[in-house]
Amino acid sequence: MDNTDKIRAGDVRSASRLIRDMEDKLPHARLRLKQLFAHTGQSFIIGITGAPGAGKSTLTDALIGAFRKHHKTVGVLAVDPTSPFSGGAILGDRVRMLRHAEDEGVFIRSLATRGALGGLSQAAGDAIHVMEAMGKDVIIVETVGIGQQELDIIHHAHSVIVVLVPGMGDEIQTMKAGIMEIADVFAVNKADRPGAKQLQIELASLLSASPLTADAWRPPIVSIGNLYEPVGFAEKTTELMQKLSDHRAHLVVSGQFSERMERKALMEISDALRVCILEPVLNRLVESGEMKKIIDRVKNRETDPYTEAEAVAHRFLRSGDMS
Amino acid sequence: MSDRKIRVLVAKPGLDGHDRGARVLARCFRDAGFEVIYTGCHQTPEQVAATAIQEDVDLVGLSCLSGAHRVLFPRVVELLKEKNATDIIVIGGGIIPEQDFPMLYDAGIQAIFTPGASLDTIVEWIRKHVANHS
Repeated sequence: MDNTDKIRAGDVRSASRLIRDMEDKLPHARLRLKQLFAHTGQSFIIGITGAPGAGKSTLTDALIGAFRKHHKTVGVLAVDPTSPFSGGAILGDRVRMLRHAEDEGVFIRSLATRGALGGLSQAAGDAIHVMEAMGKDVIIVETVGIGQQELDIIHHAHSVIVVLVPGMGDEIQTMKAGIMEIADVFAVNKADRPGAKQLQIELASLLSASPLTADAWRPPIVSIGNLYEPVGFAEKTTELMQKLSDHRAHLVVSGQFSERMERKALMEISDALRVCILEPVLNRLVESGEMKKIIDRVKNRETDPYTEAEAVAHRFLRSGDMS
Repeated sequence: MSDRKIRVLVAKPGLDGHDRGARVLARCFRDAGFEVIYTGCHQTPEQVAATAIQEDVDLVGLSCLSGAHRVLFPRVVELLKEKNATDIIVIGGGIIPEQDFPMLYDAGIQAIFTPGASLDTIVEWIRKHVANHS
């Protein structure tokens, strides 16, 4: 059995190694991914995002449990930040998911951002494909703790949960562009804390103020209280799972599913173009020492960045020599 | 082509809640440029082994201050072996009497660091052995 077959058969070692090879940009990893691509695209991909400490990992843990009850196999990608100083990272999301460590129907893999700024890592899209090829029914992608603008998750997930907690500001915050626009489902977490009711009201008011066309989806709000009240928490988790299923059904019926998949394909092609065109050209210029000369010319105002870039594009695109 | 990033798992098996040492090490590894999977206290050896494989780490660092290292550390090595993951290095640390070192080494623990070991020593050991390994 070669590696591709092993991954398709669900072998965790091969899958995790391939994800690592892609993170480390080993040349053979791209080849493997090409072989796997035909076997991807069947999983339900859920994004979960929100501020640091909002409860993303805990909700991910709860969702894993809920999906497992329905006998779905689950893949989880949990992203945590890379240090801009050392390049190291503490990947601690698994702490909340320990009870699933030994469940063979669950594969949890932590990723460090490695400098990516959109809330995920560059390898996240590829890692999703690996989990799809493994045949996972559901893939949950947990972003790093984000602010207002790290929104890459929308290009990867079918449905996005935005986790909010009380006490993060007044209703003006809910009106802003960015994170508040990307939710397919809102989770108001820690809803036993002061301010939760207010937050729900503000959210509901925000949503009711947005124009509603016939096939529009109005993001539901699920408010989730204390983890240590197991009955209530379990009910809310089930509700959250149900809303996700509703959203997926809506995407399919309204035709938006196909639109989102088009958007995703465009993004993947753009990323691949960057990897296959931009990166090799940059490497070549740096290795040959030419970049140093270009930098000097631009720095001394002998020329400008666009003129230099056009010259480089002209030369490389004409020669077709990108390797 | 970029270098392989070193990935390590820092875990505390068993019923020992004293995790200051493990946390200090996790941060030190982070500052050394490693990717550290930190899973906290109270894990079974089975959870540790499963996590090591799912995360494709180079090395597992086990911490134990309760005296149960004689049982827990070898069990982790054994489980990794069962899953054909003998390439994952296992090291240990904590309150470990010197007379236990031989049995732990025999069981496949490749290094043991006790109180007083410097952080630099541990980081250097990992760099050297992970590099030799791959």
